[in-house]
Amino acid sequence: MIDIAITDLVFTYPSGVTALNGVTLAIPAGQRLAIVGQNGAGKTTLVRHLNGIFQPTEGRVEIGDWDTKGRDIAELAARVGYVFQNPDEQLFARDIRDEIAFGPKNLGVPKEEIEQRVTAALARAGLEGKEDTHPYHLSLSERKRVALASVLAMETPIVVLDEPTTGQDARGVALIGQVVGEIAAEGRTVIAITHDMDFCAENFDRVLVMAGGRVIADGTAEQAFAQLDALAEAHVEPPQLERLRTALGWPAPVSTVDEFVAQLKSRR
Amino acid sequence: MITLAGVHYSYPDAEDEVLKGIDLEVDAGQVVGIVGASGAGKTTLAKTIAGFIPHSEGGDLAGSVEVDGIQVPQAELADVVSRVGMVTQNPFNQISGARYTVREEIAFGLENLGVERTEMADRVAAILALLGIEELAGRSPYELSGGQMQLVAIASMMVMSPRALVMDEPTSQLDPSGSRLVFDVMQSLAQDGTAVVVFEHKLELLRETASVVHVLADGVIARSGPAREVLSDPRTDEWGIGTTRFTRAARAAVAQKLLPASTELPVSLADATGVFS
Repeated sequence: MIDIAITDLVFTYPSGVTALNGVTLAIPAGQRLAIVGQNGAGKTTLVRHLNGIFQPTEGRVEIGDWDTKGRDIAELAARVGYVFQNPDEQLFARDIRDEIAFGPKNLGVPKEEIEQRVTAALARAGLEGKEDTHPYHLSLSERKRVALASVLAMETPIVVLDEPTTGQDARGVALIGQVVGEIAAEGRTVIAITHDMDFCAENFDRVLVMAGGRVIADGTAEQAFAQLDALAEAHVEPPQLERLRTALGWPAPVSTVDEFVAQLKSRR
Repeated sequence: MITLAGVHYSYPDAEDEVLKGIDLEVDAGQVVGIVGASGAGKTTLAKTIAGFIPHSEGGDLAGSVEVDGIQVPQAELADVVSRVGMVTQNPFNQISGARYTVREEIAFGLENLGVERTEMADRVAAILALLGIEELAGRSPYELSGGQMQLVAIASMMVMSPRALVMDEPTSQLDPSGSRLVFDVMQSLAQDGTAVVVFEHKLELLRETASVVHVLADGVIARSGPAREVLSDPRTDEWGIGTTRFTRAARAAVAQKLLPASTELPVSLADATGVFS
């Protein structure tokens, strides 16, 4: 079980732009954490500190008993799997199986187990039957799921998904929601950046709202989405059913269609 | 402004057709939405309207693709790009890589057309203001977040003032208010006479902006009509386009007889507020 501890994290780009302005955060193992907020709020910069792509300008990032300072990406990859927002930054192989096998191979996983892991990851990411396609012939949404599968195959204790639902259709979004649930059920941590508040409300234990390089709200989806001032500052709007029940003047929060209908019934 | 008739297309060296007989009409001043599952042919259709197909991708294209009076497949590329602009799905690949600041990046297309310097500066400043990204003007395009990069890609296309605009999932990386802003900008471009075709998964925004929505399924248009009607059709799951929570809540309420069976199903917040109050 690997907890994450981020302490007073500040990050300034070489150009002088400060992207993170003092973030302190504890993420216990097994949590499903969503990060939401305005474009440019620092969400991607924050998660890129977890696997060492970025090193803190100030402050500290600890992955279990490892301080990321002085550890490189290859080393941290054993603990933190990171699925890029843009799959084309991540994918390189000519063959989907090779692409997905690359990570576990680097971790020294035995050959037979690699094959099992690749097959399992393909199935989880909804890519069965696509194994032999050249990644170039896949759509953006499929390439994103290949990127997801290649991280799933590493079976890291922490999985970071940077805007996993981008470009996915309704089935793709449902499939990724299912993957989030499965990873958490195995006791692993999932951290996802998302702009899809409905996806967020339905699949995560905890929601972090970011603006201007800081965390401005932190709690369960229900708690976070009730902080309307923070949401406005972060250019985020509550999920659809929350907006509806607010427009209708109902006092109690609503997360799911069933809860909405139950409230409707009790009011009739 | 945009007329497609009997369009069939297959990629080079591929046997199967991706587009299997598409007819489509978009008037000047209209925002038309196209929805469909992954693999339905949305990006292929977008590239066909914008001329990437067949001009850069090749392949086997049959039928008529007319934009602003010219036949796109047969016309010179320069004539095509001066009429129709396309914002691609992946903004990371749309940045030219040839310029050091966002301001220069957005001016790049105008520069290539030989637009006079003062006019160029004015047009770039106006589009930066319209999209609320003035503070990014001096930044490097490569230091931007995904969403900021998407806004820059949209600005680079809009600054060219094309008569027809094709947007392939233009808000995929944007926060909710950025998405809304892009849809508002699309609407104001349409009011000025631009024909806009938008491929999008965000059904609530489509309902608020598009006058007509077409469903693309397996290379054919499976359903067309007013946005609210199409997006609350009982076959949305079959087409893989999903439904808003507003539609789902109303369907559940109808099933439990909390709403009459004749209820016109809602797609947007405004629709739903009307149905449930």
